[in-house]
Amino acid sequence: MVKALDRKLLRDLAQLAGQVITIALVVACGIASYVTLQSTWVSLGRSLEEYYLDYRFGEVFVHLKRAPEEVRRQLEEIPGVALAYTRVVEGVTLPLTGQPQPPLAQVVTLPGDGEPPLARISLEAGRAVEPGRADEAILLAKFGERHGIAPGDTLPVVLNQERRRLVIVGLGTSPEFIYPIPAGGAAGVDDERFAVLWMDREAIAPAFQMEGAFNDAVLRLQPGASEAAVLREVDRVLDPYGGFSAIGRARQASHDVLDDEMEQLRTFATVVPLIFLAVSAFLVNVVLARLVQLQRPEIAALKALGYHDAEVGLHYLKLVTVVVLLGALLGVAVGRWLGAGLTGVYADIFRFPVFDYRLGLRVPLVAVLLSFGAAAAGAVGTVRRIARLPPAEAMRPPAPGIYRPLLTERLGLPRLIPPAWRMVARELERRPMRTLLSVLGIATGIATLIVGQFSGDAFEYLIDVQFSRVNRETLSVAFHDPVPQRAVASLAQLPEVRRVEGVRAATVRIEHGHRYREVPLIGLADESELQRVVSRNTLQPVPLPPGGLVLTRTLGEILGLEPGDTAVVKVLEGARETHRVTVAGLVDELIGLQAYLRLEELNRLLRETPTISMALLAVDHGGEAEVIRRLEEMPLVASVTRREEVIRRLRQQSGESMAVVTLVLTVFAVTIAVGVVYNNARVALSLRGRDLASLRVLGFTRAEISRILLGELGLQVLLAIPVGLLLGTWLTAWVVSTIHPERYRFPVELSPRTYAFAVLVVLISSAVTALLVRHRLDHLDLVAVLKTRE
Amino acid sequence: MTALLRDTPPAAPPEAVLRTVGLTKIYRMGELEVPALRGVDLDLRAGEFLVLLGPSGSGKSTLLNILGGLDVPTAGRVYYRGGELTGASEAELTRYRRYHVGFVFQFYNLIPSLTARENVALVTEIVPRPFAPEEVLGLVGLGDRLDHFPAQLSGGEQQRVAIARAVAKRPDILLCDEPTGALDCETGKLVLMAIETVNRELGTTTAVITHNVPIAAMGDRVVTLGDGRIVREERHRTRAAVETLQW
Repeated sequence: MVKALDRKLLRDLAQLAGQVITIALVVACGIASYVTLQSTWVSLGRSLEEYYLDYRFGEVFVHLKRAPEEVRRQLEEIPGVALAYTRVVEGVTLPLTGQPQPPLAQVVTLPGDGEPPLARISLEAGRAVEPGRADEAILLAKFGERHGIAPGDTLPVVLNQERRRLVIVGLGTSPEFIYPIPAGGAAGVDDERFAVLWMDREAIAPAFQMEGAFNDAVLRLQPGASEAAVLREVDRVLDPYGGFSAIGRARQASHDVLDDEMEQLRTFATVVPLIFLAVSAFLVNVVLARLVQLQRPEIAALKALGYHDAEVGLHYLKLVTVVVLLGALLGVAVGRWLGAGLTGVYADIFRFPVFDYRLGLRVPLVAVLLSFGAAAAGAVGTVRRIARLPPAEAMRPPAPGIYRPLLTERLGLPRLIPPAWRMVARELERRPMRTLLSVLGIATGIATLIVGQFSGDAFEYLIDVQFSRVNRETLSVAFHDPVPQRAVASLAQLPEVRRVEGVRAATVRIEHGHRYREVPLIGLADESELQRVVSRNTLQPVPLPPGGLVLTRTLGEILGLEPGDTAVVKVLEGARETHRVTVAGLVDELIGLQAYLRLEELNRLLRETPTISMALLAVDHGGEAEVIRRLEEMPLVASVTRREEVIRRLRQQSGESMAVVTLVLTVFAVTIAVGVVYNNARVALSLRGRDLASLRVLGFTRAEISRILLGELGLQVLLAIPVGLLLGTWLTAWVVSTIHPERYRFPVELSPRTYAFAVLVVLISSAVTALLVRHRLDHLDLVAVLKTRE
Repeated sequence: MTALLRDTPPAAPPEAVLRTVGLTKIYRMGELEVPALRGVDLDLRAGEFLVLLGPSGSGKSTLLNILGGLDVPTAGRVYYRGGELTGASEAELTRYRRYHVGFVFQFYNLIPSLTARENVALVTEIVPRPFAPEEVLGLVGLGDRLDHFPAQLSGGEQQRVAIARAVAKRPDILLCDEPTGALDCETGKLVLMAIETVNRELGTTTAVITHNVPIAAMGDRVVTLGDGRIVREERHRTRAAVETLQW
């Protein structure tokens, strides 16, 4: 037997279906975004921790020039050190065909049994390296996948200037290389351009003159040990052996990036759902408050019949519960689905051998409670206000609302607007908080759309800067080994080739004090047109000054180098010499960390005759195929890359994921806009239905009263546009600030198209919603509205 | 209004502003049919003050709503100045209300966000040749309350604003549904005096609904409704002064 009061609840719900659904959808958006991001963050954090534990990630890392193996004992004797594992880590290059610059690789040695006590490998395919085999290696799985290398394949390596072929026996990953970055960090190096080769230590040490010695150590600490004290001691012990500064886990290259990524995710997981939850809370609050207000005579009647305040309150709480529960069910389901997907994407990127997506109870519970709390506050506050009135008074219509002349009128300005519009203006002015919140709600929709579009804008901006201002060649040609400068002249003889420029690139380690980074050092000719150094701010090419290095500004900041300072440049190829070079300037660049030198200065530094490692060609349209064919016949040419092809691949890779992000955010934004506008309209309609019906009785046409009601909503939407644009720009700036600065430095550059799109979507959603309400307005029952006392 | 002049009504006396023939209204509530009017024939003559009496449920509000173009009959016809209202479109009914009818309701139906003057201006701005808001508000004795909002006015004052708003358009007909229903006797008299003034000084044809029998004495004619039919009709030689009424 359903109680009468619950029957009333069901009928109220049926009558309010439109409002119930739109509010539930907004609640669902809030909960879904919270559940998606929080559950992803929690699942990833847990997977990462388990991975670190299972595969024995180290806690202290140190690289040095060379120390005899006996020094390991000294490291282990440092108070607080539980275990010291020594090994050889050396940089090599991989002259792969099809690569404009040969990818870098690090050889990391393994003990004879293939099972290091720290920094173990999770083998994804193939087998371990056989002891004593200098021609076998396990390859970093991500690199293998990118280049289609499988166990059994061979890989060319240049190892101490000696070219060898290695058999790849397995593919694997380790906690050190979840983000494949060489120790010391080299930006502009992605998983396509950086590999790790795990090899048998005994077998490979002679090639690096490292027999009975090590140049890298990983330490595990005793519980409760002071990391800072250990780092100091390690530095002291290794100083005589050319030690670089020891670092804790926090500064380990891969962990550092991961940590950033997790932090970014955590910030997103906190801020984004907060916005959605706040908007949904506001909506639920306003609508329920109004709904309860409309039921004032019924509440009075219930009280007159002898119902307690608590019973009446509970009745309305049930209504809230239904709305929130609907939203919660949908929100948790969608959030779980998106969260599992997102965790999968991350797990793929990080290559965790195992990851488990677990939603748990805590995250959805928190989301539902937050939504419910906000909604309940809206309803219960109003119920309490009404319950305080004596029933007899509550049954009488409430006194007319208190209005004041408009601010402009109070200031004595002439009354320019007709009374009908004064109604709108006074209504908005009378409830400034509600107006403000509505405006903010709609503005949030606009802002969400702008952020959703930003990734597309940023991507187009990146393409524009990188491929029409920085790299402008038709084809880039990489040579197996550096070639004399005069090769440029002979390439220029090819048919349809308009222009040829030579570039010399070398990988170097730039050091300053205890800070260092491995970066590409690029030598550009003075008259260089096809590759230029371009300032992010002016988008104009920056000429390279004579007499020194030009560094990406961020690189300068990381290393603490300013123009005039001297940097230590260690060349990581050829004779591996170390030089001291003056910094001549810094340049704001969009992507990565680079160092530049004039071509002839770089040749001088490398003690070589005019030499290039790469040639850039501008080819007349239509001549490309023939030029590529001729180039590939040349024995010196390692690879030819079409710029158009690179752009196409980039678009293909990023386009899909960006489309998904944009779609999800657009759906959220439309839901918010529709939710706010529709519910505002319904609230306004119930608030003003009597006024509007009175106007109809007075002879106003449908169009005239629609203009009054929809004018009020339109005004809010119009007010929301500038606020939304501003909010969107801020939100975008905040998103940009969470991007790792060593990789990208985007200016908050939003296109007019993005702004227009955001405004248009919100305008269309609002207009459609308004039409729905207009439909109700056309069917206003004049007689009934006049009969019912408010 | 040309669209309203469809055909000539049968022998309409020239002085009849509104005329109903066999007016019937049946409300359908699910499967139940509730007759509110059962064949009412009534003339409303130019300049007269008609009082409609009757207990609740007698059909007087339904009659008034149909006369005012707020509702449509189930059967029968309504003629306004010789043109037929029955079957007029929604837009035509809106025009009829806009230019020819003034309404006063029991619960005033003022717009709370507009002052007395503005509530009247709401109407004066959409019709040709209206009275100035100040003028009609003066007529109902509110010349000194022009810029007060409804919340700052008593119930009687609010109702008088509603009357001013109804007559400001110079309507042909003033229809009042229980104008004193929500007011005490003394305040009610002020309101009735205002209606009476409008009828006498402007010559506006007026129909007032009430269930208060003593009020009937102020009318030229009293029509009593019962169960959807006219049960009595009475003509007064002289109208009683409002001050003398007691209820």
